[in-house]
Amino acid sequence: MTTTQEWKFTAKDIAAKPDLFLSGHRACAGCGPAGVLRLIMKATRGPTIVTEATGCMEVVSSIYPYTSWALPWLHTAFETAAANAAGIDAALKAMRRKGKAKQHIDIIALAGDGGTYDIGLQALSGAVERGHDFLFVLYDNEGYMNTGIQRSGGTPIGAATTTTPAGKVIPGKIEKKKPITEIMLAHEMEYVATATPYYWKDMLTKVRKGLEVEGPAFLHVFAPCPRGWRSEPAKTMEYAKLAVESCVFPVWEAINGKRQLSIPSKLIALAPQKKKPVKDYLAGQGRFRHLFTPQNKHVLDEIQRLTDERWQRLLQKCESSV
Amino acid sequence: MAKQPVKQEIMALNGDEAVAYAVKQSDVDVVAAYPITPQTIIVEKFSEYVADGEVNTEFVCTESEHSAITACLAASATGARTFTASASAGLALMHEILTVTSGSRAPVVMAIANRALSSPLNIHGDQSDSMAERDSGWIHIYVENAQEAYDSILQAFRIAEDVNVSLPIMVGLDGFTLSHTLERVDTLPDETVTQFIGERKFPTVVTHEGKTVPFKLDPENPMTMGPIALQNYYFEFKRQQEEGMKNALKKIQEVNAEYAEISGRSYGNGLVEPYKLNDAEIAVVCVGSTSGTLKVVIDELRQEGIKAGLLRLRTFRPLPVEEIRSALKNAKAIAVMDKSMSFGGFGGAVYHEVRHALYDGQNHPPIVDYIYGLGGRDSNPKAFRTIFEDLLRIARSGRIEKQINYFGLRE
Repeated sequence: MTTTQEWKFTAKDIAAKPDLFLSGHRACAGCGPAGVLRLIMKATRGPTIVTEATGCMEVVSSIYPYTSWALPWLHTAFETAAANAAGIDAALKAMRRKGKAKQHIDIIALAGDGGTYDIGLQALSGAVERGHDFLFVLYDNEGYMNTGIQRSGGTPIGAATTTTPAGKVIPGKIEKKKPITEIMLAHEMEYVATATPYYWKDMLTKVRKGLEVEGPAFLHVFAPCPRGWRSEPAKTMEYAKLAVESCVFPVWEAINGKRQLSIPSKLIALAPQKKKPVKDYLAGQGRFRHLFTPQNKHVLDEIQRLTDERWQRLLQKCESSV
Repeated sequence: MAKQPVKQEIMALNGDEAVAYAVKQSDVDVVAAYPITPQTIIVEKFSEYVADGEVNTEFVCTESEHSAITACLAASATGARTFTASASAGLALMHEILTVTSGSRAPVVMAIANRALSSPLNIHGDQSDSMAERDSGWIHIYVENAQEAYDSILQAFRIAEDVNVSLPIMVGLDGFTLSHTLERVDTLPDETVTQFIGERKFPTVVTHEGKTVPFKLDPENPMTMGPIALQNYYFEFKRQQEEGMKNALKKIQEVNAEYAEISGRSYGNGLVEPYKLNDAEIAVVCVGSTSGTLKVVIDELRQEGIKAGLLRLRTFRPLPVEEIRSALKNAKAIAVMDKSMSFGGFGGAVYHEVRHALYDGQNHPPIVDYIYGLGGRDSNPKAFRTIFEDLLRIARSGRIEKQINYFGLRE
């Protein structure tokens, strides 16, 4: 990966840069994804086209005749963010070759977990395999929130959704969250990373790194959803922090397959006593409320065990790739 | 003819190759496609042009037809001239994005090597695939032979990209019968094609700042494309699409006439092609390659003193209602040929449309449907004669024995 310049994302610089994702959208109070979009657009480096899958952020930002997008933006369908990016990339390449387009234009494809883990996975895999030049940003709020909080492949085990309700027999979702970044890494991509908006400098740096790649790059952003998680709107950033501190969502980046923990997760790896129990993260989220009962204690224990297991595996992978 | 047509190169091409050659000459920016029988030769041939550096096109071999049409739509929105090709299950997989493409007013051109739909699986020719897409908002043109396949692809870019049309267009050629059959094709010189098609033009829109800008994704004029439009706006979008279709009726005729001046070839008025219909007492209406066979039968019948004629429906969407009505105004009995079924629908799609078109006309002759050729079942001139014999009986008696007929079926 080549870096054309050094960039610093300071609060002052960020504030000074005009917004490209504008206010006036219809997102809920405390919406994680809306904050993520506003922030990551601050990391664009020049002319950019954004394309987006059907989902919360598409719906809240483009209700005709209004728009929150101050840059060219395209939506076609739910499963098509990566195929859109492929088409835009092909068009720009052809038109540049023919002298019809002069400058380089970055492409950002946005999709939620439904449009990435599930319905959009095939198009994403195809576009990455073909090497199109685009940054795919997954904003993961762990469910189909736009249609009313149904489970997706990104919904974690134990979570109650409207299609995995906490019932008398079944305590919420019984399957694990799909390891989407491992799937993307298996494509031998030049850049794959995870981020949360709480560590916004880290997130913006990763967006910029992804854009610098000449080819496909993938960024998995953790984006709490107060409405779907039944959590307090004021605590969105707190959950974006706790997810990292409890190692439920570690932050890292892999450049050409070499994986490294990013600083917030590295600090936990260096001082394991700082690692918080998953209970601290789960408590307060209504979607996990049913787990805090005596009969579901085994599910809580299982979530802790799975989290530890994935964290250990990640540490090994980071170590072995250095 | 006002002008002398240009000198043309005679080539031996099958229908698919004729399509690929036309695309090669059309200065297409992006081709995104996925292979499916009997369309494969189009993408294979085009891949050769790419590999040999004969085209300046960005060729994207997608992982599915769904992504192929989506990539075309997105490329088109970015300002590129785009082409794709498909058939059968591939077209069915595209269905969702076909309506998105027309709704987004993206002038994508697609060739369909018409093929049966599963199940049972069948790779051979019928028109079930594109007839199932009649309400997807695309212009539908069906060709009779490889020559027309070539000519129609060139014309398709002009029609689709007209700023008053701005709609995607599918050109149907019958699977195997046309896609895989070698024919003589007269091709225009590259520079004639370049001149005929020209650069892609864009409709303009006025931004909230009052600027008039081309309708495409452009960082200098940021535009939100493919928004959500609810109860208060969606309906108006759809009504505008219908206006594009109405404009296409005119544009198809204009382009057909202009192309005739250059090439010396025309297909009726571009919408319908009447064959010996003026004094015809019995008439057959047909879509696609079977028209060629029916013309042979009609010639024979004419020699025997039977006043038979053919109406080839070249443009199926937009439906040329006036032209159908006027072409069939003297017929005493009409047979419609349907190479697809509309289950439970009382006849096939073409039957519905033609019968519907005649309702408001003066002439209401008996009209019967012949569903034929499904899954590539072959027929021949001798067999087709029986349809005209049926029509003669109906014309004389004024009585229909059987309204919906399954032609060439073991029952």
